[in-house]
Amino acid sequence: MMEFLDIFLNESFWTASLRIATPLIFGVLGALLCERAGVLNLGIEGIFVVGAMAGWMAVWMGASLWGGVLVAALAGAAFGLLHALLTVPLGLSQHVSGLGITLLATSAASFIYRTALPDVKSPPRITPFQPLDIPVLSDIPFLGPVLFQQTPLTWLALLMVALVWWVLARTPLGVAIRAVGDNPDAVAAQGLSVYALRIGAVMAGSALMALGGAFLTMSAFDAFFFGMVNGRGWISIALVIFASWQPGKALLGALLFGMFEALQVRLQTQAGALVPSQIFLMAPYVLSILALVFVARRADYPRALLKPWFKGQR
Amino acid sequence: MRLFAKWRRRGVLGALAGALALSAMTLGATAALAEKIKVAAIYTLPVEQQWISRIHKALNAAAERGDIEYVWSENVANNDYERVMREYAEGGQQLIVGEVFGLERAARKVAADYPDTAFLMGSSFGPSGKNFSVFDNWIHEPSYLTGMIAGATTKSNVIGMVGGYAIPEVNRLMNAFMDGARSVNPDVKFLVNFIDSWYDPPKAKEAAFAMMDAGADVMYAERFGVADAAVERGVKAIGNVIDTSADYPNTILASAIWHMEPTIDRAIAAVKEGRWEAADYGQYSFMKYGGGSVVIDENLVPADVVKMVRDKEQEILDGLFRVNINDARPVSDM
Repeated sequence: MMEFLDIFLNESFWTASLRIATPLIFGVLGALLCERAGVLNLGIEGIFVVGAMAGWMAVWMGASLWGGVLVAALAGAAFGLLHALLTVPLGLSQHVSGLGITLLATSAASFIYRTALPDVKSPPRITPFQPLDIPVLSDIPFLGPVLFQQTPLTWLALLMVALVWWVLARTPLGVAIRAVGDNPDAVAAQGLSVYALRIGAVMAGSALMALGGAFLTMSAFDAFFFGMVNGRGWISIALVIFASWQPGKALLGALLFGMFEALQVRLQTQAGALVPSQIFLMAPYVLSILALVFVARRADYPRALLKPWFKGQR
Repeated sequence: MRLFAKWRRRGVLGALAGALALSAMTLGATAALAEKIKVAAIYTLPVEQQWISRIHKALNAAAERGDIEYVWSENVANNDYERVMREYAEGGQQLIVGEVFGLERAARKVAADYPDTAFLMGSSFGPSGKNFSVFDNWIHEPSYLTGMIAGATTKSNVIGMVGGYAIPEVNRLMNAFMDGARSVNPDVKFLVNFIDSWYDPPKAKEAAFAMMDAGADVMYAERFGVADAAVERGVKAIGNVIDTSADYPNTILASAIWHMEPTIDRAIAAVKEGRWEAADYGQYSFMKYGGGSVVIDENLVPADVVKMVRDKEQEILDGLFRVNINDARPVSDM
């Protein structure tokens, strides 16, 4: 029991939690932005893969790290545009289009990777983002390492939480995005373009998702592997409901999952002799589902989510 | 997802070429023995993956020698695997190499439908029928030797091990490694973790960090990501299957290397000489056949430890020492 409590007193546990949460923060924010505008984006898993591949590939081909981040975001936005065109003006099923985007994006990433690197022995490596290690601040006991020994992308993720919150809650654009997800007719009556708002939100959200993937290859690791996204996109989709479409709660949900995962790794190592490892591997998902059950009962879905809107139809 | 993630340019071309060549042969080829035999490989992961890269290397070497014509498909999902097996068999491939850990029974059925095709598959089970042979990375001997190095060099007496899945071929090597470490250092303790993925380096890295927090100063790097964590924290690591010491300077003490050439070359010879039968090729990954070896970084490992390991290696090669085979899931003992 003492060992169990010790885990939480160790600052490296919290550092790991935030690090594990980072791609999920990007993913949840991205999904949240799309859904707030009324479009479910199940392309998220594939867009993660594209972001992971594109960002890393750009750096490997000579771009700077931040250049790679930009390339990843643009690649994500491009797949977002495709999803938006299919689901917004054409009004196709958002589920089907999203899953199609995931399949297309995943295989496109593999195709480009293999075409560019037909005969590599092991995946080529880049020099990834290093922890910031800000002098003085990093030396603050406990908080220092947890917050200030993270890589710049973790900071970008935290910044994005604030930015998305600010845009949605405090700007006219945010009001319009929320309205287009709740009552597109009202938006149209105001003379605003429902299509433009939804397409823009899906593109921006997809760019954020791609950054979650880019974190994996440019910060958490230094090479691209097929399958390394490993369900992180799907977890983000579940966390959006947990977060009730609120950026602040999205951060909380991602951190909670990061904590579960960091805890899982440590518990499995400590008590692996007593309980099969599979139980621990399952734990973060079970705990997330439990959290979801309690939160989602009060979930307040964007009212126009999944509902296509056509110009001139009421 | 992998269903569509396939990239089989060479596969399609190869099947075509195979069909053409086969019809040419039936038209009156005489020197059948001198012909290159047609070999196809089907992998469930990309050819960069450690385990698969060893098979790919051995087959490429045979192709470069001119013994075989080699075509391959990578990233083939398990639920798509049978179809690709059939395509290659129908296309006239003479030897089909691959891995059937996710479709053991189904793959044996396919093989039974093509009795004239030789199948050599990585498998947890035995050979079957007339033409279905099996192999696996039986490198428990070099794993034992790298375990000795880990046991002799750890200062904290804590060794961390991050594995993919707790399946027999992973467990076996881990257990041999642990036996080796305990044989030279009875005080050594192990931390064991499985990440339930072959390919999630960030997750493997997190597991490794957690072990280092718990005191591990030597890491058994079964997965990509573990050695990366070791480099970041300045601890040492033991490699597995491939030699990654060039990628992680001053970190990899030693590696247990798998060589697939003895297995592949015997299989090719058997097909060429028309004496293929269902057999267990697992033993050709043993050290005495050159299927396993240990590489040691002598700049990092003290000379007396190197000598001790080399002596034990000789005992294994001479048949004086047998490494225990244990497929049970290894567990932490802290």
